[in-house]
Amino acid sequence: MEAFTTHTGRAVPLRRSNVDTDQIIPAHWLKKVTRDGFEDGLFEAWRKDPEFVLNRPEREGASVLVAGPDFGTGSSREHAVWALQNYGFRVVISSRFADIFRGNSLKNGLLTVILPQETVERLWELTEADPAAEVTVDLVAREVRAEGITAGFDLDDNARWRLLEGLDDIGLTLRHEADIAAYEAVRPAFKPSTAVV
Amino acid sequence: MGRTLAEKVWDDHVVTRAEGEPDLLFIDLHLLHEVTSPQAFDGLRKSGRKVRRLDLTIATEDHNTPTLDIDKPIADPVSRTQLETLRANCAEFGVRLHPLGDVEQGVVHVVGPQLGLTQPGMTVVCGDSHTSTHGAFGALAFGIGTSQVEHVLATQTLPLAPFRTMAVTVEGELPDGVTAKDLILAVIARIGTGGGQGHVIEYRGSAIEKLSMEARMTVCNMSIEAGARAGMIAPDETTFAYLEDRPHAPRGEDWDDAVAYWRTLRTDDDAVFDREVVIDASELAPFVTWGTNPGQGAPLSASVPDPASYTDPSERTAAERALEYMGLTAGQALRDIRVDTVFVGSCTNGRIEDLRAAADVLRGRAVADGVRMLVVPGSVRVALQAVDEGLDKVFTEAGAEWRHAGCSMCLGMNPDQLAPGERSASTSNRNFEGRQGKGGRTHLVSPQVAAATAVLGRLASPADLSDVTATAGV
Ligand code: SF4
Repeated sequence: MEAFTTHTGRAVPLRRSNVDTDQIIPAHWLKKVTRDGFEDGLFEAWRKDPEFVLNRPEREGASVLVAGPDFGTGSSREHAVWALQNYGFRVVISSRFADIFRGNSLKNGLLTVILPQETVERLWELTEADPAAEVTVDLVAREVRAEGITAGFDLDDNARWRLLEGLDDIGLTLRHEADIAAYEAVRPAFKPSTAVV
Repeated sequence: MGRTLAEKVWDDHVVTRAEGEPDLLFIDLHLLHEVTSPQAFDGLRKSGRKVRRLDLTIATEDHNTPTLDIDKPIADPVSRTQLETLRANCAEFGVRLHPLGDVEQGVVHVVGPQLGLTQPGMTVVCGDSHTSTHGAFGALAFGIGTSQVEHVLATQTLPLAPFRTMAVTVEGELPDGVTAKDLILAVIARIGTGGGQGHVIEYRGSAIEKLSMEARMTVCNMSIEAGARAGMIAPDETTFAYLEDRPHAPRGEDWDDAVAYWRTLRTDDDAVFDREVVIDASELAPFVTWGTNPGQGAPLSASVPDPASYTDPSERTAAERALEYMGLTAGQALRDIRVDTVFVGSCTNGRIEDLRAAADVLRGRAVADGVRMLVVPGSVRVALQAVDEGLDKVFTEAGAEWRHAGCSMCLGMNPDQLAPGERSASTSNRNFEGRQGKGGRTHLVSPQVAAATAVLGRLASPADLSDVTATAGV
C-alpha cells in the first residue's frame, strides 16, 4: 500500500448525499477478476449524463472527491474503493461515511476525511467557482487546506499510523511473523491438513 | 466467570493481543472459490508474497459452474474467465483445487464438511458470507472480504474486532414435518435480519441436540441472514460420529486427542451471554417467506400480512415494497400462492438428507403441470450418493430435472435463473430482489415443503398431499 502523508490536488464537488456502493460501482462489474480497470464503472449510471460533474473537462485529473453525507452505504463490495482509486482519487471528503466503506478504504489506502457539513459546503463553493483551486489534505497535521479554508479532522492514531507508514494490514501482521511461527509450532497435531490423503 | 463456546475457540486462536489493537487470530482452514479470490491472488503476486499455509487452504468451483453439459466449454465468457483464473491461480500458487468435473467438486460449504476438514474448535474462513455453515461442528466460521482473503493467504491470520455472544435456545420436540429450515426461518422472523448483528449465535437446547449434523448445518448456514457474524453448535456424539473416518478426520491417537479436546468445547455453566432468546420447539410449524428478506416469513398456515399492521414505520415501508415486488396482496393465504419453479439445492439444503426428504415426498407422485423443478445436489459426492440410493430416478420419474452440483439457482450466476416475474419455492437462503434472476420472486422453504409445492403447484406441506393419490411412476 502506498504511504499517505500529504496530498494536493484539484477537487470534484459531488453534491449528492447517500451515494451507495451500487451507484459507485454497479453489480455487473463484480465478475471481473482484477482490482484494476474499474474506472469506467465508477458512477456508471450517472456518467451517461454529459453534464455530470465528473464528465466536465475542467475536472479531468482531479484527485479529491468532496461528497455529501452518508457516502458509501449499501453493499460491502470492496470494488467501490477500487473503482475510486482506479479513477485517480486519493481522498474522499464527506461529513459522514458508511462503516464498511470506510474500513475497506483504509485497507486500500484511500483516505476518507470527515469534515463538518458546513466545511464541505465551503469546499463545494470554492471548487465550483474555481475548478483549478487546489485542496491539500495533510495527514501529518490532520488538516485540510484550500484558499481561505483551514480545517482540522480526526482520524484514530492506529489508522493514521498505518496510512502514514503505507502499511497495509498484511504488512502490519507480518511484523508479528515470530509470533505466528511460535503459534504454529504448538498447534495440536490432530488439526487437519488439506494435503491430499 | 466461565466462558462461552465461542469465547473458548477464539481464545485458543489468539496469536497476539495488545491494548488498543484488534486480536490477531490464527486461521485453521481457508476455503476459496472463484468469485472472491482473483483480486486476492493478484495482490499476492504484486507484493511478491506466497500462500503461507498451502496445507490449510483448499479451493473449489461453485458459483459460476453450469449444472448441464458440464463437459462442454462454459458458454458465458465472463464466468468462464473467472473459473479459468481460479485454475491458473491455484496452479501458480500450489493450492489444492477441485474443479468442475472433479469428484470432490461442489458448493464450498458442502465440500469442507464432507471431506472432514471442518472440525470442532477450528477457525474457518471463506470469502463468502455462508461460511457460518461450518459452525455446526463447533467451529468459529465466518465470511470475509477480498482484502481479508489476501490477508489469510499471506499470513494465515486475521486481525479481528471482538464480538458479542448470543444464545438461541430451542427446547422441546419439533413437531412431525417441521425441519431445521423451518426452525431457522422462524428464528430469523423472530429476531429480525439485523437481530444478530455483532454477535456470534450459539444454538443450544434439547431440540438442537437432537438435530443431525446436516440439519445443524442448515441452521448455522442461515445465521448470517439474522445479521450474525457466525453461528455455532457445541460438538457432541453426533458430531464425532459424523466425522469419524472422513478423509481428513484425525486417526488413531490423534483421534483420541482430538475428541478429548472437542469434549471441552462447551459453554461453561456459569458463562453469561450478552443476549438470550428462548424458543419452544413444539410451537414451530412449516415456515415460508412471503417477502424480500429472510426475516419476512410466516407459518405456511398463515396469510400474507397487512403492512398496515406494522407499528414500526420502516418495517411497514419494507413490507409494502416487498408485497409490491412479490406481486402479493395482504390477507392472501400463503397456501394459495402458485409457483412456476421449485429449486432444491444450495449450501442450506443441498445435502443428502435434504434430497432424501424431498424424494420421500415425491416418490410415486408427479410434479404439477407447468411447474419446473430443479434438483441440484450440493456436491458431486452428494450426487453420487443420491444416485446410489436411486433418488435421481425418483426425481426424474416425478418430472423434476436432476442436475449437476453447484450453487445454481441459489444466486443465478450461472444460467439457472428465474425469468422476470417468475415465482419459485426455493430451499436456498436469500429471497432478495433479483437474487435468483432479475425480477424473479423467491419463497424460501424446506426441502419437504419444496417437494409438496412442486406436486400441488402452490405453496404446500407434505401434510397437504394426503389426498393426492400416487399418479406418477406407473
Ligand atoms: S449455494 Fe448459494 S449461498 Fe451457498 S455458497 Fe453458493 S451462492 Fe452462496
